[in-house]
Amino acid sequence: MRTLLFAATVLAALPAAAQDPQGRNLAAPCAICHGTDGRAVTNDVIPLAGLPREHIATQMRAFRDGKRPATVMHQIAKGYNDAQIDSLAAWFAAQKR
Amino acid sequence: MKRRDFLKLAGAAAGAGSLAGLAGCASMAPSKARVVVIGGGFGGATAAKYIRLWDPSIDVVLIERESGFTSCPISNLVLAGYADMQDIRQGYDGLHRHGVQVVRDEALAIDAAKKTVRLASGGDISYERLIVSPGIDFNFGEVQGYEAAMNAGRVLHAWKAGAQTTALRQQLEQMRDGGIYVLSIPLAPYRCPPGPYERASLVAAYFKQAKPRAKVLVLDANPDVTSKAGLFKAAWKDLYPGILEYRGNAKAVGIDAATMTVKLEVEDVKGDVLNVVPPHRAGDIAQKAGLITTNNRWCDVDWRTMESKAAPGVHVLGDATLSAPAMPKSASMANNHAKIAAAAIVEILNGRAPAPVQILNTCYSFVSQKEAIRVSSVHAWDDKDRTLKAVTGSGGVSSARSDAEGAYAWSWARTIWADSLA
Repeated sequence: MRTLLFAATVLAALPAAAQDPQGRNLAAPCAICHGTDGRAVTNDVIPLAGLPREHIATQMRAFRDGKRPATVMHQIAKGYNDAQIDSLAAWFAAQKR
Repeated sequence: MKRRDFLKLAGAAAGAGSLAGLAGCASMAPSKARVVVIGGGFGGATAAKYIRLWDPSIDVVLIERESGFTSCPISNLVLAGYADMQDIRQGYDGLHRHGVQVVRDEALAIDAAKKTVRLASGGDISYERLIVSPGIDFNFGEVQGYEAAMNAGRVLHAWKAGAQTTALRQQLEQMRDGGIYVLSIPLAPYRCPPGPYERASLVAAYFKQAKPRAKVLVLDANPDVTSKAGLFKAAWKDLYPGILEYRGNAKAVGIDAATMTVKLEVEDVKGDVLNVVPPHRAGDIAQKAGLITTNNRWCDVDWRTMESKAAPGVHVLGDATLSAPAMPKSASMANNHAKIAAAAIVEILNGRAPAPVQILNTCYSFVSQKEAIRVSSVHAWDDKDRTLKAVTGSGGVSSARSDAEGAYAWSWARTIWADSLA
C-alpha cells in the first residue's frame, strides 16, 4: 500500500503531458534519429527532450509549410497535422533533458 | 510469476548460463504479466525495451540464440573496408539495465493455445503475450545448387550481418585486380530495398581505390532499381563509370560452384566472387509456428497492434511481416513496429483498448565512403482500408548525395542502435 501511495504521489507530480499515451506514441518513432524520449545520442541532431513546447510546434509547422529549409524534416513534418504536432511537442517538452 | 513457470524458466535458462539473472526476479514483487520476445534484432530488442519503459510491472523475457547483436545497417561499409565488424556489434547489457531478462536460447516451437514457447535447451516458457521478431530466412531452393555452393564457400549472401559479412570482405580482398564481383538481387519484397544498390556502390568504391581493373556486375531480378533509383544511378554514372554495370530483369535461377557461374533464365554469367542473395521469407520460427499467412513467405498482422492474423496473442514484427503498402522491410520500420506492439500490449495487459500508432521510416544508403542518400516516409492507420498507409504528401528522398547525408547516416545508425538496445 505504501508503494501505491508513493507511486500515486510521483505520478501526480509529473506534468500531464509526460503521461499522455497519445503524445508518447506519436513521439516514439522520432527516436530512431532523435534518441529515446528525444535525448539525442549524437551532436548531429537536435535534442528534443525538454525543449519548449511552443518552439517544437513552431519549428515542425515551419518545416511542414516550407518556411524552414531542411534535409529531411520538411518531408517528415508533412505527415503530421496541427493536433498531432501539438501533442508530440507537449510530450517532448515534458521529458527530462 | 507462478512458481511452476519460474522453475520451468529457470530450468530452461540453466543451460544458457543465465540462471542468476532470472533468479533475481523471483525476489521482486509479483509482476502483472510476462511477455516473451523471440529474436533480439531491431524489432525484438526495441519491443522488449519499450514495454519495460512504458510499464515496468510487466516482465519481459527476450530469447536470442546469438550472444550479441550485429547490425545489417553499416555492414556494407564493413565489406568495403570503411568500418569494422566491431562497429556493428552490440551486446545486450543495455536491455538488462531496463530489466529485460535476456536468455541465450533458441525457440523451437510455439503453442499459441497453451501460450508456451518450447526452447532448444529443454523446457517451456509461458507467456501472456508473445512477440515474434524472427527476421528473414532464405528460400535456397529457388536458386538451384545454392546450398551446396554456399557450404563449399563458393557463394555468399551476406544478407544477415555476421560471419558471412566477414567472409565476403575476405573474398573481396583476395580477389584479383581485373576480377568480377557478381551481386545478384532477388525479386522484391526483400530485406532492405536499397541495400543491394548501396553494396554495389561501396564495393565499386573499394575497387576504384584498391583494384582499379576489377568490376562490379549487378544482376537484378527486378526490372529496375527498386529504391532511390535516380540517386543511385547518378552516383554510378558520376563515380563508377566502367566499374559498375547494372542489368535489370536478370534473375538468378542456379549456381554452378565448379565453374563459378550464376545461371540466369537466358544466359550464364561467370564471376570471381559470387554474392547471390536468395529470395527470402519470414524467419524459421514463424514458419514452424504457422504464422506465415501469405505466398508461403510473410506474416500478415493487424497494423494497429502487430498481432498475427494467424495466432491470437502472438505479435509479429519487422522483416517477417507482410509489408503494408509502400512500407519497406527496414531497421527503422522494425524498430517502429516494435513501438506499435509495445503500446498495444501495454494497453491490453492493463485492460484498456489499444489505439493506432502513426510511424515513420528513414533509411540512409552510402554511395561512397562519405556520401549518402536517404528515403523517408510516414505511415498512418487508414480506417477504411484497415492498414497503415503512407500519408499523402509526406516523405521523399534526398535532393542529392552529400557528405552531410553521410554524417546523418552515421548519426541515424548510432541513434537507432541506442534506441533499440541501450
